[in-house]
Amino acid sequence: MRIGVDVGGTNTDAVLIDGSQVLASFKKPTSENISAGVSSAIEAVLNRAGVAPSAVSAVMIGTTHFTNALVERSRLDEIGIIRLASPSGEALPPFTGWPSDLTGQIGKHFFLLPGGYEFDGSEISAFDEDKVRDAARAFRKRGITSIAVSSAFAPINEAMEKRAAKIIREEIPNAVISLSHEIGRLGLIERENGVILNAALATLASHVMTSFEYALEQRGLNARLFISQNDGTLISAMHASRFPVMTIGSGPTNSMRGAAFLTDIRDGIVMDVGGTTCDIGVLVNGMPRESSVAVDIGGVRTNIRMPDVLAIGLGGGTRIHFNPDKNLANGSTLRGLRIGPDSVGYRIMQESFLFGGDTLTASDIAVASGHAIFGDPSLVPALSTEAQTAIWSRIQAILEDGVDRMKTTAGDTTIIAVGGANFLIDDTIKGAAEVLRPAHASVANAVGAAIAQVGAQIDKIIDYEKTPRDVAQANLRKSALAQCAASGACENIEIVDVEEVFLSYLPGRTAQIRIKAVGDLADVSSTTIHSSERAIAKVTRAH
Amino acid sequence: MRIERSMLADLARGAAFLGSGGGGDPYYSLLLAEAAIKRCDAFELLPLSEISDSALVAPCGWIGAPTVSVEKLPNGREAVAGLRRLETIMGRKIDAVLPIEIGGGNGLAPLIAAAELGVPVLDCDGMGRAFPESQMTIFNIRNLSACPSVLTASCGSLAVIETDDNLTHERIARSLSVALGGIAHLVEYPLTGAQAKANAIPGSVSAAFSAGAAIRNAHANSEDLFEALTQALRDTGLYPYSFTLFDGKIVDLERETRGGFSIGKVIIDGFGGQDRMEIEFQNENLIARRNGNVCAMTPDLITVMDRETADTITTEKLKYGQRVKVIGAAAPAMLREENALEFVGPVAFGLGLNYTPIEKLNARAPA
Repeated sequence: MRIGVDVGGTNTDAVLIDGSQVLASFKKPTSENISAGVSSAIEAVLNRAGVAPSAVSAVMIGTTHFTNALVERSRLDEIGIIRLASPSGEALPPFTGWPSDLTGQIGKHFFLLPGGYEFDGSEISAFDEDKVRDAARAFRKRGITSIAVSSAFAPINEAMEKRAAKIIREEIPNAVISLSHEIGRLGLIERENGVILNAALATLASHVMTSFEYALEQRGLNARLFISQNDGTLISAMHASRFPVMTIGSGPTNSMRGAAFLTDIRDGIVMDVGGTTCDIGVLVNGMPRESSVAVDIGGVRTNIRMPDVLAIGLGGGTRIHFNPDKNLANGSTLRGLRIGPDSVGYRIMQESFLFGGDTLTASDIAVASGHAIFGDPSLVPALSTEAQTAIWSRIQAILEDGVDRMKTTAGDTTIIAVGGANFLIDDTIKGAAEVLRPAHASVANAVGAAIAQVGAQIDKIIDYEKTPRDVAQANLRKSALAQCAASGACENIEIVDVEEVFLSYLPGRTAQIRIKAVGDLADVSSTTIHSSERAIAKVTRAH
Repeated sequence: MRIERSMLADLARGAAFLGSGGGGDPYYSLLLAEAAIKRCDAFELLPLSEISDSALVAPCGWIGAPTVSVEKLPNGREAVAGLRRLETIMGRKIDAVLPIEIGGGNGLAPLIAAAELGVPVLDCDGMGRAFPESQMTIFNIRNLSACPSVLTASCGSLAVIETDDNLTHERIARSLSVALGGIAHLVEYPLTGAQAKANAIPGSVSAAFSAGAAIRNAHANSEDLFEALTQALRDTGLYPYSFTLFDGKIVDLERETRGGFSIGKVIIDGFGGQDRMEIEFQNENLIARRNGNVCAMTPDLITVMDRETADTITTEKLKYGQRVKVIGAAAPAMLREENALEFVGPVAFGLGLNYTPIEKLNARAPA
């Protein structure tokens, strides 16, 4: 059995899953003390299902900790970065274009040192061991232990970044070192930005993982702990403490994966409606579509892989700006009507009319107009049917526009409505061939965490004149599958994505290839959806 | 005109549009220009008519692979080293610089050089858009020599190219750029002020500014971005016809690399499900067909843009599923002259048809 937990900004959700069956679920507002919240969520699902802690083999957690820290500029480390590319790139040193409140937190300590590679793999300049050592000593003197290293064309050749890491380790034994080739793809500035953010999260990540482990221990669980990543795959807690930035888009990803799992739908649109926003994403072959543009994280441009999600400011707690008294009397119902974007968020249980408050919210309208049943409808101010219908259709129009913006094909598509406020999506919403509301829809994100697979991704530039295309691709596929197995996958390991981009203005046929493999964890292969439809590559586990 | 830091993003946005699908993403050029403007305050943009006939003006820009340029970044001394060497060769000071091509990242490239040298940027360029090769500049079309030309790379290497033949010049420069890591800075087609006035595409830098500013303002005022853009382009007089050619979603994309160029075809279906647009590209967008009928061709501009943000999508960033508008614009008149079409018209790209202006192909579209 597995437990999936999703720690969101508003709610912490948890599910207990056996095979493909959801045994119990739990949702409550995210507490100040997050590990206590995780611990009590785990306890709650175990109690509800009447299952002993010993029956749980793995716990998967998706968390919003790191996004919050970056957005709030809090709990970040002072960091040092060494870039190996000089003399190339000196015109654009690290932190170029960064918001000053962020550099105020993490500092602007960098060294531009010789090193890096050309596109063909030759060295821009030779690696200078002494200079790297001096830089590490300078960081040590300042008490900096979170260190990032970037290097030109590191996705093609990571050797220099690794050499630098070894020297830094010798000088600062307790350093947490982030290397750019482990974080991002081609595009030095964006990749370097990502690795800097990763380094800035080092201490927090280690604390968060320790507190999760403590939460498991507290509940008497002897289960493996996994953290979900942006692309919907899992990494071990130890791995996550080194790569926190790879987990910051996991919330929407988990709800999309959960939605796919709960409905058996592989291609469609997922709408996750929470208290404040509706996240709209696209499922392609059961996986979230990835964003193809640079991703802005806390005001910094990165090329970290993230799900392509459109967040609309519309959720269960969204305020409806509308004066019922003025509008009811004379029937001119819509004067000054505005939907959000502000929301009462998690205070919906106090502030909405349904629960005895005095703020008109989207939930009040949904209940008053018969689209949902909860709270006390008699507390909602009496609205004319016209007013209700008008507000309801305005809400639908906002959602329909969002769906239309995310669709990639003409014609209607399957919509999977999940999240606590999925009742805001009408069955007749435009653009939908059907609206599916699976059981456990309100905890789809925790389900997505629980059923996640492990994966591996490889990004390389290959000159097809040196290595024939089929040989190169076969080799990369092989190493993607092997890496996937090494990360703990033991069944149904398969290549889920191959992308090839040819590089222009260069002689020969040089292409950038990206290959992604995923596979099931040992004890959960029964959760695989449509496994028969996949090309299954069996790889024996290395250990 | 003074170019302040706040205006650079407008220039980048406008230059990206004028790239007609090529010229690369101006993001890094924008960061570089911002860094330069921080050091050197504001840039001076000088109208072409105000340069003296005897002045020495130097077109410059980057040559190489956009995909390499995001990894192998400049060290910031390339442009100045090249320009200084040109001064030595010519035995005199450079009075102004200009972008060899306004489209894409190169539209911003000379700003950095101008800042370092303390000379103005001339409000003109050599292409009026972006083209894949150096001999497609108006200066070659008008029989001016590319040489002496100076190529510099971030490693500090410098090469002076001397040849009478501009095509040979392009070939040498291209191979040197590959040998030096796939990207290099090129100062070429040194001109007198009189030659610049007679031959450069006038007003293209300020046209890029207005195009970018129009989109920004329309964003701020929640107005139609594409109305604002096409109106601004028409108002420049340099791009007298401009309109939306198509609105839809990318449903297919083919590409391959041939002879160092990224060649391919993108298919866009209209939202009604009836109409289809097909665009062929060779780094830049070359020809657009609506339901099988040609509706724009090089040298007229064809730019694919995000239909929500009006961000330009360069050909290497095209992706299945993107929701786009295709905007067309008439090329500057100088590029439509008969001898110019030999270099930049459909024949130059082996399209096997004669050039028809975009306004004739879309006679019923608004001017």
